[in-house]
Amino acid sequence: MRTTPPSVAGLRRSAAVRLIWIVVLVVAIVVLCAASVAFGVRAVSMNDILAGLGGDTSTVARSAVVARVPRTVLALLVGAALAMSGTTMQAVTRNPLADPGILGVSSGAALAVVIGIAFFGMSSPYAFLVVAIAGAAVAAVFVYLIGSIGGGASPLKLALAGAAISAAFASLVSAVLLPRVDVVESFRFWQIGGVGGATWDRIAVIAPVLVVGAVVCLVMAGGMNSLALGDELATGLGVNVLRSRLTSSAGAVILCGAATAIAGPIGFVGLVVPHVCRLLVGTDHRWLLPFSALGGAALLVMADVVGRLVARPSEIDVGIVTAIIGAPFFIWIVRRQKVREL
Amino acid sequence: MSAGILGARSEVRTIVAGRRKRMRRRGLVIAILVIAVVAVFLATLMIGQTFYGPGDVIRVIFGQTVPGASFTVGDLRLPRASLGLLSGFAFGIAGVTFQTMLRNPLASPDVIGISSGASAAAVFGIIVLSLDGAAVSLLALCGALVTAAVIYLLSNRGGFGGTRLILIGIGVAAMLESVISYVLSRAAAWDLQTAMRWLTGSLNGAEWSSVLPLAVASLVLVPLLLSQGRSLSTLRLGDDSAAALGVRVSRIRLLAIIAAVALLAIATSAAGPIAFVAFMSGPIAARLVGPGGSPLLPAGLVGSLLVMLSDLVGQFAFDGRYPVGVITGVLGAPYLVLLLTRMNRTGGSL
Repeated sequence: MRTTPPSVAGLRRSAAVRLIWIVVLVVAIVVLCAASVAFGVRAVSMNDILAGLGGDTSTVARSAVVARVPRTVLALLVGAALAMSGTTMQAVTRNPLADPGILGVSSGAALAVVIGIAFFGMSSPYAFLVVAIAGAAVAAVFVYLIGSIGGGASPLKLALAGAAISAAFASLVSAVLLPRVDVVESFRFWQIGGVGGATWDRIAVIAPVLVVGAVVCLVMAGGMNSLALGDELATGLGVNVLRSRLTSSAGAVILCGAATAIAGPIGFVGLVVPHVCRLLVGTDHRWLLPFSALGGAALLVMADVVGRLVARPSEIDVGIVTAIIGAPFFIWIVRRQKVREL
Repeated sequence: MSAGILGARSEVRTIVAGRRKRMRRRGLVIAILVIAVVAVFLATLMIGQTFYGPGDVIRVIFGQTVPGASFTVGDLRLPRASLGLLSGFAFGIAGVTFQTMLRNPLASPDVIGISSGASAAAVFGIIVLSLDGAAVSLLALCGALVTAAVIYLLSNRGGFGGTRLILIGIGVAAMLESVISYVLSRAAAWDLQTAMRWLTGSLNGAEWSSVLPLAVASLVLVPLLLSQGRSLSTLRLGDDSAAALGVRVSRIRLLAIIAAVALLAIATSAAGPIAFVAFMSGPIAARLVGPGGSPLLPAGLVGSLLVMLSDLVGQFAFDGRYPVGVITGVLGAPYLVLLLTRMNRTGGSL
């Protein structure tokens, strides 16, 4: 009698289960979006919401509603991008601790943008985008190289290299920004990300790039499944391991860089969401990636609403909320790691 | 047989000579560090918008009234310089205590979140509870001790120390940093000066009232830690070997953790968590003095030197004025990466 190994069992979930979860998530996202438009620092009435959605900005309450719409859309996009990026990074490095924030990729993007603003007078959103993606790519390569010195990048070693380099980048960001009075307003934004500064113009700039990154990751989903089997087995199955890994990483870096260019470095979304989604829909990346995107969108909108509600009359940046949720999760995963991987 | 004895004798002679050489080097390095600390301390008092000669400065220190200099040097520069000296020493010695005990340079209290714990508690006390002075120091101390205990308990499964402890510490630090940002954002006015102090550390606005608790704590705790230096160094051999050599492992560890955390917390409540000083001082001191002997005293001196020099650079080397934590952060960031590279390559320690 043979029993199915757990890894294969984990890969398979019946179509019905997946469908149910997708419906649940979509409903959750719709509810959260409604909450995101309805709740905020300023309390608004139902009439104001409807009028505001119709484009009426005649009163302050209606203007607030109008301003909340792009903000919600941005939270959806950034959350989906970060979660997909995290899922891809976890697949590529075969590391449960991988996340754009923990591996220092987000802070690399933020540092690049900050240097561009401070020393090269960069101001167009297109420049932000290009520079952020370049910074993310350089940081990813750098962290991987340092993490794999001395024989292979074990999960904890890679996470340690990422966290250390992330701390190093963060202190460079504050060094560049602090003495410049003109950019000091945006100081916190580049240390802890937020979606408060959303405008339709800026969303229009990054949305196509996010789509490109998402498509790259989705196309590579099959390759990621093979990578999960280990390099030898994947090669034996006819997969070009190096090419899959590079293409998938490029997709992850594009997603993370573009998201950071508009929302600043937001941590832990890419860590938490893939883990939870794997429990729900299994480890098949063709399902996991789109599912993570939905989950990430839901999480970030929720974090944004929470951040607006708990600190009235001011608001907390979404990056603070995700860190408070995500850091205990990170600790939990570190504790679960086996001793041999230390 | 006599050849064997002769060989052993010459070996003993080489060992003794080597030890003497190391001790001489250690003494020399410590002497140079002390001279450098005193020189930079005096320089900090002399340099500023108006320059005062060493004679004026020394007279002010000894309590004589010098027109002009008494206020500028005595009331403005002296608290700042003292805070730099004491907090640097406290960070250095607390950092190296942790690094020695956990046998890992990355296990310094500012990397694993203990400084963030002190800082978060201090910010909470100041902004939410409107406390000041010694009450803030006490709260910071509690915050740091609780953080240390939490990290210890969380990482205790399957052996203490190592990469897991550091990663758990980094997670705890990330959470506490968010708490700090949250509390700061709830403050009535977002004041960048205050914020910088609690995020990267700064000597701006140093007053005697914040220097005093730190001075008292240093007088008690620094001699205590220094007296345990030899036992702490023995702990580096591993718990079992240290116990076999007559060190009471758990007692020494508890004592050292509490003393180091207390120093760190009180320094943090006075100057903020000055970035990377606790982390950098130990490895730099170890490089300077070489192997052998306790690294505690040299690390403290290196910490003082780092903070005071960085403060001078931050104040006068550029157009704008940088808080000290930004300068030490810029120094510490590449050093962290360098150390990580070296550690990964050798799998080694300090």
